[in-house]
Amino acid sequence: MILAFLAETAGHGAEAAFPPFETWHMPSQLFWLAVLFTALYLALSRFILPKMSDTIEKRANRVASDLDEAARLNNQAVEAQKSLELRLAQARGKARDTAEKAREKTEAELATETARVDADLAKKLEAADARISKLRADAMANVEQIAVDTADAMIARFGVKASPADLKKAVSAALEQA
Amino acid sequence: MNQMPAIALDPIHQFEVTKWLDLRLGNIDISFTNASGFMLLGVVLVIGFFSMATRKGELVPSRLQSVAEMGYGFIADMVRGAAGEEGLKFFPFVFTLFFFIFFANMIGMVPYAFTTTSHIIVTGALAMFVILMVIVVGLMKNGLGFFKLFAPSGAPLPIYIILTPIEIISFLARPLTLGLRLFANMLAGHIMLKLFAGFTVMLIGAGAIYVPVAALAFAMGVALNALEFLVAGLQAYVFAILTCVYLNDALHADAH
Repeated sequence: MILAFLAETAGHGAEAAFPPFETWHMPSQLFWLAVLFTALYLALSRFILPKMSDTIEKRANRVASDLDEAARLNNQAVEAQKSLELRLAQARGKARDTAEKAREKTEAELATETARVDADLAKKLEAADARISKLRADAMANVEQIAVDTADAMIARFGVKASPADLKKAVSAALEQA
Repeated sequence: MNQMPAIALDPIHQFEVTKWLDLRLGNIDISFTNASGFMLLGVVLVIGFFSMATRKGELVPSRLQSVAEMGYGFIADMVRGAAGEEGLKFFPFVFTLFFFIFFANMIGMVPYAFTTTSHIIVTGALAMFVILMVIVVGLMKNGLGFFKLFAPSGAPLPIYIILTPIEIISFLARPLTLGLRLFANMLAGHIMLKLFAGFTVMLIGAGAIYVPVAALAFAMGVALNALEFLVAGLQAYVFAILTCVYLNDALHADAH
C-alpha cells in the first residue's frame, strides 16, 4: 500500500516515472502473474512433479529390492559355505576313522604275527638249548672218560696199576674240586 | 559528447513496461506487455525443461533427468529441513515458487531481456500471497493458537510487554521484506550492470586516453555479471526458504 502510494506520487510527480513504480501496468502485471503462476503451479503439481516422484520412488524401490535380493543371495552363499564346511568336517572325520581302523587292524595283525614268530623262535631256541645241554653233557661225559684214560696212561708210565673203578673215583673227585 | 542514443545509456530504461497487445477486462487494463511476455517465456521454459527431463522417467537417469531430479531433491530437502515432514504438503508450491523466480532472474541476465522480478508489484504480490497463505494455514491448523506466535513461551511475564509488539512488527514486516529483498536485489543489480556497461562505452567514446579507465569499468562489469548470476540464484533460494520458514511457523505455531 505504501509502495502503491509511492508509485502514484512518483507517477504524478515526474515526467519520466521510475518504471517499477508506475501504476498503469500494475493490474496487467498482477493479472498475468496470477494466470501464469497458477498455470505453472498446475502443470508442475498435476503432471511433472507426480511423474518425478513416481520415478524416484520406483528407483528407490528397485534399489531396495535389488539390495534384498543381494542379501538373500549372500545368505544362500553363506549357507552353502556352512554346509560345505560341515560336509568337509564329516568327511575328514570319516577318513580319520578309517585310517584309525586300518591302523588298529594292522597293529593287531602285526602283534599276532610277532607273537607267532616269537613263539616259533622260542620253541627253536628251546630245542637248540636242549641240544646244546645234551651235547655239553655228552662232552662232559667224554671228558671224564678221557681224563680216566689219561690218568690210567700216566700212572701206567709210572709202573703203577690201578683199577678202573679207583681211577674213575679219583677223576670225578678232581673234577668236582675244579 | 558522444552520440550514443539516450536509451542505450539510461539504466532505468530496461525496466520500462511496453504494451505488446492491448487487452481490457471490463475497465481494467490487462494488456499483454513485455513483462507478461518474459514471464510467459519463463513459465514455458520451466515446463519445457521439466517435461523434457522427466518424459522418459528412466530408472537410470539421463543427464537432463538427473539435473531435474537434483532440483527436485534440493527443494524437497529444503522444505523438509525448514518446515518438517508436514511442510511437504506445500512442496509443489515452493517448487513452483523457486523455479518461477529462478528462471525469471536467469532470463533477466540475458542482455535486452526483461527481468520480471525487478518489479515490486510482482515480487510484492508473491510475498503477499505467501504471507496470506501462511496466515490461512496457521489459523486453519492451530485456530487462535496461531497467535501464540506473537508470545513465544518461556520468557518472564514483564518481557512480553516488549516482546509481543516486536514479534507483531516483525511478522507484519515479513511480506514487505520478502517482496522488497528480491525486487531491490534485481533492480539494483541490473542498474549496476547497465551503469558499468554504459560507462565503458561512454569512456571509449570520450577518447583514447580514457581507454585504460574503460578497461577497468569493463572488468568491473564482468565481475558484477558473475555476482549477478550468484544473486539471481541466491535470491530465488532465499525467497523459497523464507517461505518454508514462515510455513513452519504456521504449521508449528505452538512449538515456539
